[in-house]
Amino acid sequence: MSISDVLSPFTAWKNLFRDPVTIKDPLNERPGAARYRGFHKNDMDKCIGCGTCETICQNGAIDMLPVDGIPAVQGDSGLRPRIDYGRCCWCALCVDVCMTGSLTMSNEYKWVESDPDLFRFTPGVDKKYWDNAELGYQRHDEKHLMPVAREEMPELHPEARLDSFVEIVHGYSIAQAKLEADRCVSCGLCIATCPAHMAIPDYIKAVRDGDYERGVQLLYATNPFSQVCGRVCTHRCEDSCAARHEGDPIAIRWLKRHIIDQVPQEKVIELIGKPAAPTGKKVAIIGAGPAGLTAAFDLARLGHAVTVYEAQAAGGGMTRYGIPEYRLPYDALDKDIAVITAMGVEIKYNHRVGTDIAMQQLEADYDAVVLAIGLHQGRSTRIPGSDHPQVRKAVDLLRQITAGETIDVPKSMVVIGGGNVAMDIARSMARLQMQHYGEIRVTLTALEDKAHFLADPVEIKESLEEQINILDSRGPQACVIDDNGKLLGLKTWKVLSIFDAERRFAPKYDPTDEQLHEGEMIVEAIGQMADVSLLGEALTEKLEWNRGRIQIDPNGRTSENWLWSAGDCVKGPDVINAVADGHRVATSIHRALTPQEATA
Amino acid sequence: MFELDRSQYPQKKADGTLDIDLTSGKYLKLWQGPQHPGITGNMAIELTVCGDEVVDATTHVGYLHRGFEKLMERRTFMQCFPIVCRICVPEPDFNEYCYAAAVEELAGLEIPELAHWIRTLILEMGRVNSYLMYLGGQAGAFGQGVIGQWTTYVRDLMLDRFEELTGARIYHMFIIPGGVRDNLPDGFAGRMEETLREIESVLADVDRVMFHNAVFKKRAVGVGVIDTAWLDSYGITGPNARAAGVAKDVRKDQPYLVYPELDFEAVTGKDSDIYTRADVRRRDLLLSLDLIRQILAKMPKTGAVMTKLPNVLHWKIPRGETYVRGECSRGEYGYYLVTDGSGYPRRVNVRGPSYTHSIALFERMVINANISDVAALLVSLHTYPPEIER
Repeated sequence: MSISDVLSPFTAWKNLFRDPVTIKDPLNERPGAARYRGFHKNDMDKCIGCGTCETICQNGAIDMLPVDGIPAVQGDSGLRPRIDYGRCCWCALCVDVCMTGSLTMSNEYKWVESDPDLFRFTPGVDKKYWDNAELGYQRHDEKHLMPVAREEMPELHPEARLDSFVEIVHGYSIAQAKLEADRCVSCGLCIATCPAHMAIPDYIKAVRDGDYERGVQLLYATNPFSQVCGRVCTHRCEDSCAARHEGDPIAIRWLKRHIIDQVPQEKVIELIGKPAAPTGKKVAIIGAGPAGLTAAFDLARLGHAVTVYEAQAAGGGMTRYGIPEYRLPYDALDKDIAVITAMGVEIKYNHRVGTDIAMQQLEADYDAVVLAIGLHQGRSTRIPGSDHPQVRKAVDLLRQITAGETIDVPKSMVVIGGGNVAMDIARSMARLQMQHYGEIRVTLTALEDKAHFLADPVEIKESLEEQINILDSRGPQACVIDDNGKLLGLKTWKVLSIFDAERRFAPKYDPTDEQLHEGEMIVEAIGQMADVSLLGEALTEKLEWNRGRIQIDPNGRTSENWLWSAGDCVKGPDVINAVADGHRVATSIHRALTPQEATA
Repeated sequence: MFELDRSQYPQKKADGTLDIDLTSGKYLKLWQGPQHPGITGNMAIELTVCGDEVVDATTHVGYLHRGFEKLMERRTFMQCFPIVCRICVPEPDFNEYCYAAAVEELAGLEIPELAHWIRTLILEMGRVNSYLMYLGGQAGAFGQGVIGQWTTYVRDLMLDRFEELTGARIYHMFIIPGGVRDNLPDGFAGRMEETLREIESVLADVDRVMFHNAVFKKRAVGVGVIDTAWLDSYGITGPNARAAGVAKDVRKDQPYLVYPELDFEAVTGKDSDIYTRADVRRRDLLLSLDLIRQILAKMPKTGAVMTKLPNVLHWKIPRGETYVRGECSRGEYGYYLVTDGSGYPRRVNVRGPSYTHSIALFERMVINANISDVAALLVSLHTYPPEIER
């Protein structure tokens, strides 16, 4: 200790002459830093109400609530996060985890109320002064709290598939499936979108857990066509997947296929369990397609005796006779059908109703009849020359290919149409051309421009890889035939617009832009319709119709109380809708056949 | 009374209890805390005094028990991230670092190099804050309130730097499993340099007014001596050990993050009293300022700050256990994490250095102390009750 120890503390007095360092509020504004985690903002244009913010909030500060003026639509639950600032700890995990990037934070931190209960608000809905604050915490791209890229699906190389009908998609390995399933946030937007309302997040969890038996049970609870839907479903679920907003949607379809691929068929039948005791009621189903067989499966599980009448030699309907083997191998379809027949469903193949057995007979012999005949008749463009024998319908050709009939493969051909069926026939015929002639000369002309193609983008990508010449915005005008009656090709004009102001189909063309696409064969793939000739005149007369389709009530029942109708022939347009329809009529029939207990 | 050798006083009975008669009128039971300006948080000391001499002391903790370790067993690995910082209020970043590093080790995640540098930077900034708070507290325990005002001022400047870097002032929630949440903002190094200079300028004042102060020396020199023989038996780490001449510093002994690339020596003292501990901390604070400068000069300027994470909503970590440690301003901070392959931690145990310093060691040190030194003694061990109780 020295004299300086006594004197030096007095140097503190120098601070008397300094300015204070405190900030006087509110005289001086003191804005939060640029990345300050202040009050929440939510961009209503982006938010889809997936609730992932609610899931991650460890304080339970976020509740998903319905909001006036925001309806639930496909891909949007209609719910919005309400934040309770009595619980929020400002960690911003909700911002980091937000699937759309809609939730952010402002750098504002002052909010005065007299009532503590008022510190609860729905950002973006309840207007606040910080709604337009530019600064504040945001997530940037690399901070995703989950992988955003889809696991790549192993596929047959384009070179290898040019002349082969072998299935293109190999399916995920277990490790890949786990990684893909890991990306799911279980928001359930997909369930609402799926026509059959499959328990998608639950079966994806089963993949994560490696519990495939549970997965199979979940699949069969809503869909007996898992092999089929796991391969060719139009997967609208993936269009509403929360993950698609800032990355790839979860490969829901491939995960479904992965589950069903992991469990042997005998085990699947065992897992579903035995049907209920017989009820003594008999149901006839016309058409062994997805709608008919789903109804058959449900009704058989409920104990009804089900007989399915199928005109073709094998079941599956359009999934067999419309979808090429490289997309849906027949043995996969056979497995689904085998599980359905294992439930006691009897399928009478090569039985065409109307020819081999009359509708009246079915009405007399069964307690209920389901009409699920699909759309097997191709529509024609009716342009000049379209009645030439080398102008064919896509559905007819596809059926012939499946049935193994010999087809006179043309060296060059033109397909009219831009939907999936057009792609199917173009790609099937290209394979046959490659097998016969070693080269592919298929031209596909579609009315739509590339941005509005009806076909699945993957179909278009793969078609291009397979050397299909795809031309967009081309309207068919005539099938050109020479003087000897030989088909030369298709004349098209450029399409200026397809729909008129009222969104009615009224294509407009530019006649100066004319092209001739050479082809020994022209295939029309512009749509299908139901062949209802089996009904017979009397029944056709009796039934109520709606724009050429049989009129049904919301449960699929026609105006005849013994007849239900389901699937493409009354509703379109894909497998999963047919499955949903099958469930709907099965429920309706079961209710009609089961004596109602008197209720007080 | 204090001229006598008090080391054998009070005498103990064979069973270890004190051989004193509390009803004799000679002794007084006195509670210091849990609300008391001389307590560095919510804890209480039950003192038995004889005159102004402490003859017995029992620490009472529990006023701050929030059950974090148990809470974490019911939260996913990512959900634990926002709550760990709350385990130690004045220097929360070690919780974030130790937790994140433990999770990353068990999950097998490699984090980007830039994230290592930013983590080190954050930890040193937190250490500066913690020491500034300590200096104010230590001076305040002897009645010198002005030091606390000055250090609070510069600590606030450092909080500004925290705010612009992490988006928050106290609970930064920035060192996230997988990396850190962001890179440095533009111009950060320049503003940090200004802050460091201001801190140095205030520390120069603190040196004159607190350390070269006859009163402070009278009160602090030779008081509260920690015997080097106690270090291992009481688990004494950090400045408390270094002030006793033992260079215990996890940054040197078991280097983590980017400390191997930084040039520094552990700061030590030799007298092991309150004054030496305060001085060691002051010099350690200056070291931290130097380390921050080194980090800002050496660190990469660009790069990824976070590694790719699995989906954190159902992140499962394989069965395993680990202990991750770091040198915080009070000594060794550690997280013992056990995982069982599920989506939740099976067990998290937090080692806050105040636990070993401020209960058993303090109860021993305070015997025979003057009652007016009790608060200063507790502060001199750099006690943060929230990390004792978790």
